[in-house]
Amino acid sequence: MNLAGLKKLRVGFSILYFILITCFFLDFTGLIPSSYYKTIVFLQFFPSLLQFKSLLTISSIGFIIVIIITFFYGRVYCSFICPLGVLQDIISFITKKIRRLKQYRYTYLKSYRFIRYSFLAVFVFGLFSGFALILSVLDPYSIYGRIASGVFRKTIVETNNLLVSGLQKINVYSLYHVDLKPEHWTILAVLLFFIVTIILFSVFRGRLYCNTVCPVGAFLGLISKFSVFKIELDKNSCTSCNLCSRVCKAGCIDTKNQQIDFERCIACYNCMTVCSENSIQYKLRWNKKLAIRTEINKNDNSRRQFFAITALIFAASIRKSRAQQVVTDTATKPTGRDIPVSPPGSVSIDTFNASCTACHLCISACPTHVLQPSYTDYGLIGFMQPVMDYHTGFCNFECTKCSEICPTGAIKSIKIETKKITQIGIAHFVRQNCIVRTEKTDCGACAEHCPTKAVRMVPWKQGLVIPEVTPDICIGCGACEFACPTTPYKAIYVEGNDEHKMANEPDKEKQEIKVEDDFPF
Amino acid sequence: MKRRDFIRKSVSAGIFTGTALSFGGYGKIFANTVNDPELPYDLVAVRDGEPDLMLDKALEVLGGIQKFVKKGQTVVIKPNIGWDVEPEKAANTNPLLIKRIITHCFTAGAKEVYVFDNTCDNWTACYKNSGIEKAAKDAGAKVAPGHSESYYQKVNVPGGKNLKDAKVHELILSSDVFINVPVLKSHGSAKLTITMKNLMGVVWDRRFWHRNNLNQCIADFATYRKPDLNIVDAYNVMTKNGPRGVSKADVVTMKYLIVSTDMVAADAAAAKIFGMEPDQVNYIQLANDMGVGQMDLSKLNISRIKV
Repeated sequence: MNLAGLKKLRVGFSILYFILITCFFLDFTGLIPSSYYKTIVFLQFFPSLLQFKSLLTISSIGFIIVIIITFFYGRVYCSFICPLGVLQDIISFITKKIRRLKQYRYTYLKSYRFIRYSFLAVFVFGLFSGFALILSVLDPYSIYGRIASGVFRKTIVETNNLLVSGLQKINVYSLYHVDLKPEHWTILAVLLFFIVTIILFSVFRGRLYCNTVCPVGAFLGLISKFSVFKIELDKNSCTSCNLCSRVCKAGCIDTKNQQIDFERCIACYNCMTVCSENSIQYKLRWNKKLAIRTEINKNDNSRRQFFAITALIFAASIRKSRAQQVVTDTATKPTGRDIPVSPPGSVSIDTFNASCTACHLCISACPTHVLQPSYTDYGLIGFMQPVMDYHTGFCNFECTKCSEICPTGAIKSIKIETKKITQIGIAHFVRQNCIVRTEKTDCGACAEHCPTKAVRMVPWKQGLVIPEVTPDICIGCGACEFACPTTPYKAIYVEGNDEHKMANEPDKEKQEIKVEDDFPF
Repeated sequence: MKRRDFIRKSVSAGIFTGTALSFGGYGKIFANTVNDPELPYDLVAVRDGEPDLMLDKALEVLGGIQKFVKKGQTVVIKPNIGWDVEPEKAANTNPLLIKRIITHCFTAGAKEVYVFDNTCDNWTACYKNSGIEKAAKDAGAKVAPGHSESYYQKVNVPGGKNLKDAKVHELILSSDVFINVPVLKSHGSAKLTITMKNLMGVVWDRRFWHRNNLNQCIADFATYRKPDLNIVDAYNVMTKNGPRGVSKADVVTMKYLIVSTDMVAADAAAAKIFGMEPDQVNYIQLANDMGVGQMDLSKLNISRIKV
């Protein structure tokens, strides 16, 4: 059986899927309907697993599909679906072109099982302890998401802006300017670290990253040990010509011993294409399953325990600290947010922190840019996770975009009617800083922007009106805080709700006003 | 055009531009360049019709939009598109009215018509859900963004007391004709928002206005560039919870339209319709005192039309 066509299938599928998923991160205009997101992103292994863990819905079975495929054919996921994997393939491909190599030149690598399982152990610890930072840092889809959002999207937006400046001069307004807020340097540092790591690994060692660092790769590798079909070398026909090993990105073909380490094989099918003897084939290996399992148990249990303990110590030493975010920095009364605000649909800050992997899909898609990567808002645990930043924007009353597209279920799907009464925080008025009090002039920017009139202007003195907050109809959207013109501190700010609550419906009482029959002037 | 004429005109245009530039900001070239047509009335008030029909009537008695828009000119229309709400909530200018104005402009031979606002809510949602983007595009106008500082140019406001300069949208500076189309609404702090308050949507930094005596800044900016025409939409009027509104219960259907070249007069008349005296609205009084326009309606020649 000649399976050389499999590589073409892999290349075609992966490129198409990669482009689609990247488009979601690049779409800064809101062109792609939310419903498309989940049909594509649901196959991402770890986000889907997290969503299943919290929602148990049929839409979150993507990871089960991945496990089933892996159980049959090995780590197909790594070459077909994982965007970080495909990104590495693209980098390798470009490297090959630049170096003008006719073939890839990889060699058989030894298996860094110890390192691989260590990362997996730490990751599993992160999953069960709720220490989401570990998940955010290591989940391959989320790493790719941050690269797509932080590098690709920004490049596209900046190019767009350049183009817009040109078109603007000739009064063409079909494209428009988009202002992006720069992230905190620590977030950029993490991003840069991963970009450099990924580039170095893929330029010099193909998919070594996926077989040392990536916890999803390690986990799927464990499953592929028991795969029904495995790629194997036919010892009778193999001439040990080494061609296959030279094109193996995973470095898992040992031609000397005519063995393929299928646990590390990422199912790219390069080897099948080059083998002139047709010696590399998928073979039914169901019967070997039991023997291998016992072997694994013997080898790995102690290691895993060891690393689980190490991880425990590591995590315990990092305290979840909610650093105070200074809302304003020099006015008469400094005001601070003690509790950060998480997006509507995230139910509570704790559940949100535990199930978000900081893929930044919502940050890329948020139309008002109110969602920004957090620095210290949630403490270390939620580093890079999206937080409501009311200095950049405010949550649009009519919008539920983030809840529609979140692949991990950290922001649960929420109906627009529910969103409009979901209280994610409460506005706090700081009279000392208010223009009306300090300048004795009218202002009212906060009340103007309030969609529920939880902030309204009430008579004060000298015929002036001053803001007043009705907490039980406030939803914490941050429009007031965003609009407040006082410097350097704001006179109104939103304090987050640890647990989101339901606000009361705003006043919708009809007024009786009679229109006179004649002109009033 | 003959070559000689061309050279003469280019040279004089160059001298004019150069001189203007050397005397002040880029925007000063255009500041106060108002077409001042001879009009039979200072103000036209129409009632009891649909918005587009009332506009037709008002323009008819003024002598048509040709009085304001000449063949080949570019027009910028500034409606209120501040909020992401549907047209029925009357937080934004009626899309039907905007569409009709654009149609009139093109009939008069306008080369290009632009529509924009510096919105409060997310601008794309505002443009879309107000119905104005579609109405404007259907009528052939170009809808321009106003959400980024890059679209604004700094200009001086020589007549301003508190507001000495402002960053103004480039379309206001570059267009030949400026039509201001606010919707009459209640307002939490300024009490009412009509023509003068609507101009907060052509500048970038509104927070400065709020910090530096909102009413004074509104009056100050009214001295900068008088719109060539103000058309006040008072068909559906938000009588409480303005300027954003909470529900349709905030809206009363009054079926009025006011047209005037004088912002102070238009605001005074609209205030009366709303049930307030003009002097109760601080910025109307201030603008009147600064000579921007006339708030004493008895001194004006008004055409009143019932449809």
